[in-house]
Amino acid sequence: MLLEVNDLHVYYGAIHALQGITFHVDEGEIVTLIGANGAGKSTTLRAVSGLIPARRGVIRYKGRDITATPAEEIVRLGVCHVPEGRRIFAPLTVRENLELGAYTRTDKAEIEKSMQRVFASFPRLKERINQLGGTLSGGEQQMLAMGRGLMSRPSLLLLDEPSMGLSPLLVEEIFRIIKEINSQGTSILLVEQNALMALSVAHRAYVLETGTIVLQGSAQEVRENPQVKAAYLGVA
Amino acid sequence: MQQASAEQPIAVLSADALSVAPRQSGAGLAWIGRGFLLALAALVVFILARNLLDNPRLFAQIVISGLQLGFVYALIALGYTMVYGIVRLINFAHGDVFMVGSFVSFFAVSRFSLHTWPAVAFPGISPDLSTLIGAVSVIVLSMIVCAALAVVIERVAYKPLRNAPRITALITAIGVSFFLEFFGALNFVFSPRFIPYQRPFDVYAYWIGAQGIGMVTPQTPAPDGSITFSSIFVIIVVASILMQILLQWLVKRTKIGKAMRASAVDKPTTRLMGVNVDRVISFTFAVGAAFAGLAGVLFAIAYPSIHTQLGILPGLKAFVAAVLGGIGSIPGALVGALIMGQAEALTAGYISTPMRDAVAFTILIIVLLVRPTGIFGEPEREKA
Ligand SMILES: Nc1ncnc2c1ncn2[C@@H]1O[C@H](COP(=O)(O)OP(=O)(O)OP(=O)(O)O)[C@@H](O)[C@H]1O
Ligand SMILES: [Mg+2]
Repeated sequence: MLLEVNDLHVYYGAIHALQGITFHVDEGEIVTLIGANGAGKSTTLRAVSGLIPARRGVIRYKGRDITATPAEEIVRLGVCHVPEGRRIFAPLTVRENLELGAYTRTDKAEIEKSMQRVFASFPRLKERINQLGGTLSGGEQQMLAMGRGLMSRPSLLLLDEPSMGLSPLLVEEIFRIIKEINSQGTSILLVEQNALMALSVAHRAYVLETGTIVLQGSAQEVRENPQVKAAYLGVA
Repeated sequence: MQQASAEQPIAVLSADALSVAPRQSGAGLAWIGRGFLLALAALVVFILARNLLDNPRLFAQIVISGLQLGFVYALIALGYTMVYGIVRLINFAHGDVFMVGSFVSFFAVSRFSLHTWPAVAFPGISPDLSTLIGAVSVIVLSMIVCAALAVVIERVAYKPLRNAPRITALITAIGVSFFLEFFGALNFVFSPRFIPYQRPFDVYAYWIGAQGIGMVTPQTPAPDGSITFSSIFVIIVVASILMQILLQWLVKRTKIGKAMRASAVDKPTTRLMGVNVDRVISFTFAVGAAFAGLAGVLFAIAYPSIHTQLGILPGLKAFVAAVLGGIGSIPGALVGALIMGQAEALTAGYISTPMRDAVAFTILIIVLLVRPTGIFGEPEREKA
């Protein structure tokens, strides 16, 4: 198992946001985490990447306990979190944003290679390489956020709502790229509002409701579950 | 009810159109305020122009003393602006770190003769080279001590409050400032009195004018109509400009500089890049304090009498300079500081010496009223 989360509890002050969730991601998988607004999806990713502490439970990555490891160390281990809402560095150029993504790396030539690979996936970023991040369109910002994440060459990519606010065409494009990244050997934990798309690319899925996992299984099983159909796929 | 709601939009509109005064004050008041400022500006320009035409030599002399102050303030202002940029804290202890810079060099020179070490270690060395290396050693020592002090202050006093309301950290900064001022003044620590400062090298005066350029000595006084300046003036200007360039390069071109700019806008996401944000913040404090340490030594050499509260006024004026330039902006710190230096020197020269401090704070008030974001400042985006 690449990532193993066991009985994870997270609080925001008095709010018990994650109430003991257990899940895992295997090498080479795309696993999706779906659920309504406020279910705790982003919180789960934040706990894994070390941005918020776990009150109880264990997070293991490649067999190593990373529950108390600070965020900046976890990136070095190969877990990269592309946060919700893009969070690109607006006053920095596209190139600088990408270079920050490679902050943990030192080999200039290898970094340049990664950058070319990002440009191959997102040609639009190359055209805008010297533009300030804040001046990109929403879709371009999402591409930059993903490209920046890939610059650390992660083994596990945590994606939080990569399709949020994108046009249907761009959503297709982003999901195509997610599959492509995965086929090149990166495991992905994908959080999505767009459950239909997420379930179509994922191998396995977990359904989160108010801080607990209520359903899990292969993407197909989850997709065919009547409650999921009614609640998340908009099918009666 | 209806009347009130019908009137309100009109009032808001007219205040908006003027966009100077807060909404409550009427349009008339705003115009009076603006007219007053314009009249004040016209008066200042008139006085300056008349004095320039009257006696250009004196005017140039005053501008030089203003430049000397301005470039010292610029070095201090960088620390305010860098720290504010990254942790949104006005570090009121910064002026006292500047004072510590003066004192470190005082101890190094007067008590330990650090400035003479090259001559002692290598007796054959040329005196000029010995002075140069000795003085640089004193300056570097002060910069290192100040940087270390600022890192300790940040760790002990500010870091635990990073998630507290901003006013808490601000009050703590004022507390740290008082601590540094009054701790040094305790009799068993040092002294509350002014003490003469022994320079690590001699300062010479030069003149420049129609007859050329030369050194001022008792035998060869400056010719009539020439302007005089000192070697420390040249050193201050060169050092301050060099540090500005160094900092620009650091922030724009280096990896840590990118991490600093990223931390300034979004700390959690910066951590997700693998950046240790705490270390970046420490580094920022250290660099700002090193500049203040350099400024402290140069200031003491230029005005060689020191005491434990000497950091207060230059610190506050550099703070005003940073606000005037747009706090958070590095070029703004330089521009603001040069304006402050001129304002102070011209006031002292043409109005009265005691007025110069009042003018500094008048400028602060005017900036806050007219353009709170300063010359280079952008409206603040509130972010994590
Ligand atoms: N910083 C915070 N402080 C307090 N409560 C928070 C904070 N962040 C999230 N929460 C709460 O924790 C719960 C889970 O939030 P989370 O952001 O993980 O939801 P989510 O599943 O990602 O929702 P969405 O689909 O809307 O992004 C919510 O009830 C939310 O209000
Ligand atoms: Mg979310």
